[in-house]
Amino acid sequence: MIAARGLGRSFGAKAVLRDLDLDVAERDLLLVTGPNGSGKSTLLALCAGLLAPTRGELEVSVERGRIGYLAHEPLLYRELTALENLDLYGRLYRVPERRERIGMFLERYGLWEERRERVGTFSRGMQQRLALCRTLLHEPDLLLLDEPYAGLDEEGAELLDGELRALTGTRTLLLATHDPGRVAPLASGRLALA
Amino acid sequence: MGISLAFYWVPDAPIEGFRQRIFYIHVPIALTAYACFFWAAWKALRLLWTRDERYDLESYTAVHMGVIFGILTLVTGSIWARTSWGVWWTWSERQLVLFLVLFLFYSAYFMLRFSVEPGPRRARMSAVYALFGVVLIPVSFLAIRLAEGLIHPVVFDRDVGENLAGSQLLTFVICLAGTLALAGSLYLNELTGKRLDARLAELREALS
Amino acid sequence: MRYLADVGTLAAKDLRLELRSRDTVPAMLLFVVATLVVFNFALPAGASAEAAYGLLWAALVFTAILGLTRAFAAEREQRVLEGLVLAPSDRSAIWLGKAIAVVAFLALAEVVALPAFALFFEPVSWELVAAVALATIGFAAVGTLLAAMAAASRARELLLPLLFLPLVIPIVVGGVGASIADDPGRYLGFLALYDLIFAILSWASFEYVVTE
Repeated sequence: MIAARGLGRSFGAKAVLRDLDLDVAERDLLLVTGPNGSGKSTLLALCAGLLAPTRGELEVSVERGRIGYLAHEPLLYRELTALENLDLYGRLYRVPERRERIGMFLERYGLWEERRERVGTFSRGMQQRLALCRTLLHEPDLLLLDEPYAGLDEEGAELLDGELRALTGTRTLLLATHDPGRVAPLASGRLALA
Repeated sequence: MGISLAFYWVPDAPIEGFRQRIFYIHVPIALTAYACFFWAAWKALRLLWTRDERYDLESYTAVHMGVIFGILTLVTGSIWARTSWGVWWTWSERQLVLFLVLFLFYSAYFMLRFSVEPGPRRARMSAVYALFGVVLIPVSFLAIRLAEGLIHPVVFDRDVGENLAGSQLLTFVICLAGTLALAGSLYLNELTGKRLDARLAELREALS
Repeated sequence: MRYLADVGTLAAKDLRLELRSRDTVPAMLLFVVATLVVFNFALPAGASAEAAYGLLWAALVFTAILGLTRAFAAEREQRVLEGLVLAPSDRSAIWLGKAIAVVAFLALAEVVALPAFALFFEPVSWELVAAVALATIGFAAVGTLLAAMAAASRARELLLPLLFLPLVIPIVVGGVGASIADDPGRYLGFLALYDLIFAILSWASFEYVVTE
C-alpha cells in the first residue's frame, strides 16, 4: 500500500527525514516511534499527500478520498459547531447516509450533547475526539494517526483503544506516538525514527 | 561573453544623434526583458508539468534577469525621455509605464520567495506567479492604452514608429542579438552559480 | 454536478463563518466609508469630478485588500486548509467557493460605498455600477488566489497588498475609465475580458498553490 525508497524531506536546509525505505502492506498496523523532531509527523504528512518528498520516492496506492488523516491540529473550524464541521467533511468526502453516520459517531464519542456547540468552546480532549470522528467518518482504507492519544482523558483513551482494536486487521494504519506501550500489542510492525 | 560585449559596443557609432543611439540600446533591452519573463514563464510551466525542481531555479534566475533588464529599460527609457522631451518621466510613454507595472509585479515575486520556506511549495507558488506575470504583460499593455485617454493627457511627439532603413536595421538587430546574448550569458552564469551553491549545501548537509 | 455541490458547500461554509464571527464585513464597511471621508479632506477645493471617481476606485481597491487579508484567516489559524485539500473534491472548488464568498462581502461593502459616494461626491451612473460589479469579480478571482499564497508565507498581511496591487492596476484603469470616459462600453468590455482571463487562470492554477 505504501512504498518508500530513499525517502527524504527537508525544510529549507534542515533534513527531517533522510534516506528512508519503507513498505506497508494492506491491513498492517505500523507503529512509528521516535523523539520529538524525529520526523514522525512529517512522514505521516508525506503519506497523506500534504507534503511532497524532496528526495527519493514515495508511492501510496490509495486514492485521496480513502485516506483518513489525524494531525496535531484538529483541522476543525472553531466558529462552526461539531455538527457543522462533520457535515462539511461529510459532504466533501461524499459520505453516504451522512446524517446517520455523523449522529452515530457523535454518540459513540460522547459528543452528542455538545453537537450544536462551537468547537472553539470545546476542551482539548473533546476537540481530539471530534477530530477522530472527522478522521473516521468516511471509513478510510488508510489511517494516518499522529499522536491520537494526545489530549484524551482516560475515557477517551479507552474509546480509542476499542476503535483501534476494531480497525486492526481490517484497515491499514500508521500510528505515530512517543508512547508506544499502549498500541504495541496491536502493531504488526515498528519503525523507529531517530 | 566577450563576443556579446564586442557586439554590443560596436554599433555605438551610428549616424544619428544621441537620442537615436539610446533607442538602439533601450529597445533591445526592453525586448530582452520580455524574453526573460517569457522564458521564466516557460520554465514555470515545465515545473508544474513535470514536478522537476530543477526548473524552479531556472525560472527564478530568468525572472531575476528580467528584473535587471527591466530596471535598465526604465533607466534608459528615462534618459531617452530626458533627451527627447526634457523630462525624466512621462506617463504617455506606454512601454515605460508597462515596465513600471511589471517591475512592481516581479519585485513582489522576490518578496514572495523570501517569505516562504524553500521547498516544493515555494517552487509551485513562484511558478504560478510567473505565469500570471506573463499574462499580465498583454493585459497591462491594453490597460495602459486604454488609460491614455484618461490620465495625464499631455501627449509627446512620438517618432519611434519610423521604419528602420537598411543600415539602421542592421545596427538594431546587432544590438538586439548582443543584448540577448548578454542576458543569456548572465543567466547561465547565475544559474551555474546557484546550482553550485545548492550542491554545496547538499553536500554539507549530507556530511553533518 | 458534484463539483458544483462542493462549491456550494464551501461557499456556504464561508458565509456561515462570517455570519458567526462578523469580523470581516463590518470592518470593510467602516473602512470604505472612513476612506471616503478621508478623501474628502484629501481632495483640494477645486478638484474635478474625475479626481473623485479616481479616489472611489482607490477606496475600493484598499477595501478589497482588507477583506482579502481575512479570506483564509480561519483556515490558516487551524490549518484547516489541509483538511480541505485532503478531501477528494477538486481543489479549485475551494477557490471558487471562497471567491464567491469574497464577492458577497465586497458587494455588501459596495452597497454601502456607492450611495455614500453619491452622497459625498458625484453621481453614480449605471455604467459605474456595472464596472464595480465586474471589478469585484476580478478582485475576488485574483485576490483569492493571492490570499492563499500569502497565507502560506511568513509575511502574510504584508505580502498580500504587494502581490495584489500590480495585478489589479488594469481593473482600476477599466473602472475609472468606465466612470469618466465618453464611451464606457470599451472599458466595461475590457473589465469583462480581464475577469475572464484571470478567473480562468486563477481557477486552473489554484490547485498548484495549495498542494505540493
